[in-house]
Amino acid sequence: MQYVFRIQRFDPDTDRKPYYREYTVELEPGDRVLDGLHAIKWYQDGTLSFRRSCAHGVCGSDAMRINGANALACKVLMRNLGQRVTVEPLLGFPVVKDLVVDMEPFFEQYRSVLPYLINDEAPPEGRERRQSVEERERFDDTTKCILCAACTTSCPSFWANDKYVGPAAIVNAHRFIFDSRDRGAADRLEVLNDRNGVWRCRTIYNCTIACPREIEVTRAIGEVKRALLYGDQE
Amino acid sequence: MIRVHKLDAVVVGGGGAGLMAALHLTRGGNVDAAVISKLYPTRSHTGAAQGGIGAALGNLEEDNPDWHAFDTVKGSDYLGDQDAIELMCREAVEVVLELEHMGLPFSRTEDGRIAQRRFGGHSRNFGEGPVRRSCYAADRTGHMILQTLYQQCIKNRVQFYNEFQVVDLVLSEGRVAGVVAYEIATGDLHIFHAKAVLFATGGFGRAWSVTSNAHAFTGDGPAVCFRNGIPLEDMEFFQFHPTGIYKLGILITEGVRGEGGFLVNGKGERFMERYAPTMKDLASRDVVSRAIFTEIREGRDVDGKKYVLLDARHLGREVIETRLPDITDFCRTYLGVDPVHEPIPIQPTAHYAMGGIPTDVDGRVVIDDRKTVLPGLYAAGECACVSVHGANRLGTNSLVDLVVFGRRSGRDMARFCRESDHAPLPADAADAARQEIERLLQRSGDERVATIRKEMQEVMTEFVGVYRDEAGLTTAVKRIRELRERYGRVRIDDTGKRFNTDLLEAWELGSLLDISLVTATCALNRTESRGAHSREDFPRRDDENWLRHTLAYASGRDDVRIGYKPVTITRFQPKERVY
Repeated sequence: MQYVFRIQRFDPDTDRKPYYREYTVELEPGDRVLDGLHAIKWYQDGTLSFRRSCAHGVCGSDAMRINGANALACKVLMRNLGQRVTVEPLLGFPVVKDLVVDMEPFFEQYRSVLPYLINDEAPPEGRERRQSVEERERFDDTTKCILCAACTTSCPSFWANDKYVGPAAIVNAHRFIFDSRDRGAADRLEVLNDRNGVWRCRTIYNCTIACPREIEVTRAIGEVKRALLYGDQE
Repeated sequence: MIRVHKLDAVVVGGGGAGLMAALHLTRGGNVDAAVISKLYPTRSHTGAAQGGIGAALGNLEEDNPDWHAFDTVKGSDYLGDQDAIELMCREAVEVVLELEHMGLPFSRTEDGRIAQRRFGGHSRNFGEGPVRRSCYAADRTGHMILQTLYQQCIKNRVQFYNEFQVVDLVLSEGRVAGVVAYEIATGDLHIFHAKAVLFATGGFGRAWSVTSNAHAFTGDGPAVCFRNGIPLEDMEFFQFHPTGIYKLGILITEGVRGEGGFLVNGKGERFMERYAPTMKDLASRDVVSRAIFTEIREGRDVDGKKYVLLDARHLGREVIETRLPDITDFCRTYLGVDPVHEPIPIQPTAHYAMGGIPTDVDGRVVIDDRKTVLPGLYAAGECACVSVHGANRLGTNSLVDLVVFGRRSGRDMARFCRESDHAPLPADAADAARQEIERLLQRSGDERVATIRKEMQEVMTEFVGVYRDEAGLTTAVKRIRELRERYGRVRIDDTGKRFNTDLLEAWELGSLLDISLVTATCALNRTESRGAHSREDFPRRDDENWLRHTLAYASGRDDVRIGYKPVTITRFQPKERVY
């Protein structure tokens, strides 16, 4: 079946501003958008740049805007789109080239929330720290994050103010705040209580819709807000 | 413009082995080190590992590292070095606990310990029956390991050069002087002048058409080493995982069978009972992949479409959705199949390189049959060959390998950096890399990268797959030589400096072609069947002539010279391998 890909192109070294270019590609309905991008890059126009690696939705490289919605190109099948597909880079970070955006600001946001286990108590000698099935389940959802940035770059609050730490960073803070083994919740909550922390979230739910791992992002952010308001960390 | 950075050590690759090494390398605080990765580290393929990491914790039933070692030796078809295997299985226990202490969110048992499940080839009491040894976090164990190690690297302020492609190794005065890297965002070349270099670049499944491997898995580390005169060990042994998603090759974890799922052919028979009466569907991967191939070849596939079925329906929705959520999502997304209600169409998929850059148990690269160390050069993870996997790796042991030998490499590199100075940096250190990049950018030829790559993948799939024979392998070697010839006339479209992935894919194809030539040559050379290497013209294992490792050296531009190295046997004498 024939599909038309309309792709935003931009090379800051040679182009004054972004423009769209159309490509016609032969694909099966069960093929991924990534297969379409590869068909273009490999057989029509090698100058098209995009990131990808695992090609099945676990590495987080190929988040982009597909028909206006953030998604991983390797997780969207052609049968779920029309025969015209518009592909654009994520919004809110500088474009390096074509569909590739600068991820450094994103990882800076991520690093700011102390996204690692904090616990200075000596772990038990020769065995694991115990954690009940229920305690483990408490933060299971937010362990799934692959740092693809689909949530953060779908968030109007982030579009309006790129100092906002963003949903992905909050998700990764949540993953530790609600881990029974962690002792760093107070430090993270202090970071997130900042004027560019969780309170910039206006509960718009774009992040939840955008997440390719089906993390309930808005809910996680809400739980962090509750932890700040009521000290509710159960 | 070429920028020169001087530091103590560089780690090439940001997956499990690289990050574990970086953590231990920098732990003392006095080694100036950096991780160089062609991806953002969290994109590394460790994150795609699903089913678990093997360690004899004995959390659910009796287990011990000796049983794990025996299973690994048997799984390796007796080609694994037993001293290294015993050490790995002992250290697996403490490294898994170290990961938990770092915060890794393992699934839990009812009493709050690390949960464990059955896995292929892992048995109690030297082969009596399956044992629960695989420590898991649902079917996302690799993701959790990668995230946890990256989190720790942030905590410990490890320095990263993200999206830098390493294109050459610099040697001087018989030791390591550093690496040359291409900065993807800018097109600049960088020289990292270092005392020690660790390659942790992963595998090369992209040499085949159907693979579970990421696009990034192009064998860069082994290829760069090979071109610099370092041999590659046991390259004829490449694992085909039995259960890849039909046509796509996406991994469906062995954990499905560990939880009780089973394989069914087109006639509805549980065929593994015929091939492995004791372990059945949990026999080791080479055995199961051959069984599937045989079923397909003898016409017992589904509707003549060259696939069989993996049935998990009887496990029930609860087990499937809580212990196997990701593969459930993959099946629903890519196949429109819900494993709760329907069996999963599967076929074997190119999965894992048992061979690679030869090392000792401290990750030090050893360049001959006398185990001579090349000072300052290290390798760990899939790109290395210790050898703990021999002719066939057991499920869960890749993650064990990553963390155990990543850690040992990091520690030994720290020692090496303390005791050594920098080798002088040759004035022409970056010349070869620069010339190769300029050649690719010249656009004088008429061959497309994608066309050559596709033909290479077809050759490797047809002739260097689960079953092999002399005629096919001879054809493969000849065809790969022709493809390498054509690669010399490759023409790319993008000549820009900025995020030029057209150039990168061309360079990566060079790695894949070198690695394919070595793999096919070694497979042709080994006239026996052992583990994942099945020669139809030599169907039996031949311990008298072939109980030895292959070492493949570059010889001129187009030739591979073969040498050998003895296998270390400690406790487990080779015997017939039955599951």
